[in-house]
Amino acid sequence: MTLSEKELEIVEILEKDARIPTADLAKMVNLSVEETEALMKSLEERNIIVQYTALVDWAKIDGHQGVTAMIEVKVTPKRGVGFDEVAERIYRFKEVKSLYLMSGTYDLAVTIEGKTMNEIAKFVAEKLSTLDSVVSTTTHFIMKKYKHDGTIFDQTDGDKRIVVSP
Amino acid sequence: MNRTKTYLSKTVEELKPSGIRKFFDLAAGMEGVVSLGVGEPDFVTSWSVREAAILSLEQGRTSYTANAGLIELREEISAYMNRTFHVQYSAENEIIVTVGASQALDIALRAIIDPGDEVIVVEPSFVSYAPLVTLAGGTPVIVNSDKSHDFKVQAADLEKAVTNKTKALLICSPNNPTGTVLESEDLTAIAEFAKKHDLLVLSDEIYAELVYDKPYISMASLPGMRERTILINGFSKGFAMTGWRLGFVCAPVEISKAMLKIHQYAMMCAPTMAQYAAVEALRNGNDDVIEMRNSYRRRRNYFVQSLNEMGLDCHIPGGAFYAFPSVKSTGLSSEEFAERLLVEEKVAVVPGNAFGESGEGHIRCSYASSMAQLQEAVKRMRRFLERL
Repeated sequence: MTLSEKELEIVEILEKDARIPTADLAKMVNLSVEETEALMKSLEERNIIVQYTALVDWAKIDGHQGVTAMIEVKVTPKRGVGFDEVAERIYRFKEVKSLYLMSGTYDLAVTIEGKTMNEIAKFVAEKLSTLDSVVSTTTHFIMKKYKHDGTIFDQTDGDKRIVVSP
Repeated sequence: MNRTKTYLSKTVEELKPSGIRKFFDLAAGMEGVVSLGVGEPDFVTSWSVREAAILSLEQGRTSYTANAGLIELREEISAYMNRTFHVQYSAENEIIVTVGASQALDIALRAIIDPGDEVIVVEPSFVSYAPLVTLAGGTPVIVNSDKSHDFKVQAADLEKAVTNKTKALLICSPNNPTGTVLESEDLTAIAEFAKKHDLLVLSDEIYAELVYDKPYISMASLPGMRERTILINGFSKGFAMTGWRLGFVCAPVEISKAMLKIHQYAMMCAPTMAQYAAVEALRNGNDDVIEMRNSYRRRRNYFVQSLNEMGLDCHIPGGAFYAFPSVKSTGLSSEEFAERLLVEEKVAVVPGNAFGESGEGHIRCSYASSMAQLQEAVKRMRRFLERL
């Protein structure tokens, strides 16, 4: 799918700030509000803009129970469907937050979120490794998130400029 | 009591302090100010450039460089100027790395001015042009550009300012404070004027990377202009490296030699660490420049439309990161407007008359601020105007 220049601009702006008022977004791309809304709708309908979400730093919330693990999965691809069939079997689990097909020493990179390490261990042992096409799994628990999707969690670079300068 | 005063140079005593100072003092003491008064990018220098400077320190590269700057930096500048602006300068003897574009301007003026020489300065302009001419022993002759021509200087007005003492003309495109970009026909008219009167053109192109609607044209790329142009550029704006104080000047060999004499006696060389950072900026920084440019363009579109909507008439600035709206509809002078806006709504802008008398009736708003800050500024300015 080829996007127009305006559509690309809209996607780029919304990817960084999905909550920008449409009136402001329209000005940024030099279109009317109606034209901008129409383009956004069309991008949504084509599933190019898939969802508008907030990036939450759960680690800051006291009492929040949460563990994230990245799991390297080796699988046997199936004739005719390749990796897609087993990938679908895996990503349908709601515990799976992301799933990528990889080049290199393993095939699928799976991110899993659970309340405890036990919960994740249980998921891997019972659901993931028992799948017919899964050959092996290697689980890595995430200890601290510094940066996610281009955003640094503890951004300390405030505006250090002097207030008025030539 | 006043004895020390007698030691001071007459020239310096007669220089007016910059009009920006007053607003700095006023705004600096306030809490919660949204500042549109800043003449520098809101981006921090890209990490790869900062990291290169750190590496240069770790490697102990803390000694002087050649007077004209590291040869590897000059070679990068030469290649960059060629691929980006289609001008050819020899790294060997036509490029000098300076302490910011400001020092480039200073040595350029000092290299060409004899006492009594006149230099035409187009205003509204950056605050230091006329004072630097004066300090170099010359006489600045002001030619105004005005809003009816989107602040593009008109050849007819330049003609009126020429005398037999005129030696050079100083222009800046994209312009601080107006954001105006001189287009092909404007540059051609100025070039013809310079040739006709056999003048040099000092072309301050520090904002050349920040143009949003059309490709940039350098004065030195026009036919017959390389030989009479002193081209000033640097890393501050396009590469977001203001605090590194690194600029450069390109000029034909004879002029470069003269400037290098001043530079070697007055400065020795630009800071070494900053020069290594600049090498990295030119080798690997182009994607960052493009990203910053796109970001400024979007903010310009948002901000200038918002100004016009709230009733402050503003031409579309083709470059830099300044909007220069008229405040005449409010009946306030530019200083009154800026002062009341600051006191009543805590939005800092710079009154247009700080950039020359022809800036009166306008304010300079820098849109090099985050969208959130710009949105807040628009809200406050709208409220201010509704109350007037």
